[in-house]
Amino acid sequence: MSNANKPMRSALKNVRGLGAAKEGVQHWWLQRVTAMAMIPLLLVMLVCLLKLATGDHAAVAASFRHPLFALVALLSILAVFWHMKLGLQVVIEDYVHSEGLKMASLLGITFATFILGGIAALSVLKLFFGA
Amino acid sequence: MAEFALPKNSKITEGKTWALPPAKPGEERQVRKFRVYRWNQDDGKTPQVDTYEVDMNDCGPMVLDALIKIKNEVDPSLTFRRSCREGVCGSCAMNIDGGNTLACTKACEDIDGDVKIYPLPHMPVIKDLVPDLSNFYAQYASIKPWMQTQSPAPARERLQSADDRKKLDGLYECILCACCSTSCPSYWWNSDRYLGPAVLLQAYRWIADSRDEMTGERLDNLEDPFRLYRCHTIMNCAQTCPKGLNPAQAIGEIKKLMVERRG
Repeated sequence: MSNANKPMRSALKNVRGLGAAKEGVQHWWLQRVTAMAMIPLLLVMLVCLLKLATGDHAAVAASFRHPLFALVALLSILAVFWHMKLGLQVVIEDYVHSEGLKMASLLGITFATFILGGIAALSVLKLFFGA
Repeated sequence: MAEFALPKNSKITEGKTWALPPAKPGEERQVRKFRVYRWNQDDGKTPQVDTYEVDMNDCGPMVLDALIKIKNEVDPSLTFRRSCREGVCGSCAMNIDGGNTLACTKACEDIDGDVKIYPLPHMPVIKDLVPDLSNFYAQYASIKPWMQTQSPAPARERLQSADDRKKLDGLYECILCACCSTSCPSYWWNSDRYLGPAVLLQAYRWIADSRDEMTGERLDNLEDPFRLYRCHTIMNCAQTCPKGLNPAQAIGEIKKLMVERRG
């Protein structure tokens, strides 16, 4: 909405705007669900990776062949990247006010999340299947 | 983008100093300096900070007492809103000593050093300490702050149990001074769409009222990424509220109801 038109409109017209989007709960809830999921997942990952820090490449590759470890790694990637996408979306909505730039940034983080998360997941799967 | 620096025409410069006349022989003085933001649209200047010396031995204890003394005796052009002088009208909300509060309930002796007084942050200024609150009031109007019912009006008053009445404590005391909303970074960046802590607390005041029958519609009207969910629980609102209320908690209750009604 152009600022030049604003003085001609009532303050209530501007505030009521396009109405409520009737969404936002799902985003808020998922941000908390992914945060809760990350607590146990990342604790387990941290302990396992610290243990692996002393081993060689073969030991790391071997541990990823354990289905439970691979599962925890995949779930961690899902929770972390999902949470990251939701958080970055909030930052962009907070600070980027030009509609075009906002839409481009939101698309950018969505694609970046899928690409980076995909690479991470693929790496785990590659080790799991021992390719 | 969000503004991280003041626009050129908002750069603040040093203004006039209004010194006290020399003390009469034998006169005991306790001089404080009041550094007050000044701006008006007529002189074409950027904002300035004027310094007023006030003898606290000849002045009431509150910041508002000093401002009224300055306006009456030193500089009648100094402009600010005030009415009740006892913290119930919310007119004299301003930024004092770095925090938003009511000038009438803020004691000068609780402030160290010079008393710095600015208008409420990130609002358009009309003159000196008077901000333009039209958008804030329109946001208040948009939540329909009155009782709405479906059942026909009873012949007598609408009843409410003592327990249900208690749920309004901590909500009904809000005087809409706008201290909380104008202390909220989310409101600074997005006040065109985010309702802000004061209006959301008021919205919850009607959602929490056992006599109001439009709870669902009220929640519908708030369910929006901007109107409600720009609140990131920064808590400046609870920190600054001159009435000691907790708008962040009221917003949290609205968010809980949003989840609850999904099943």
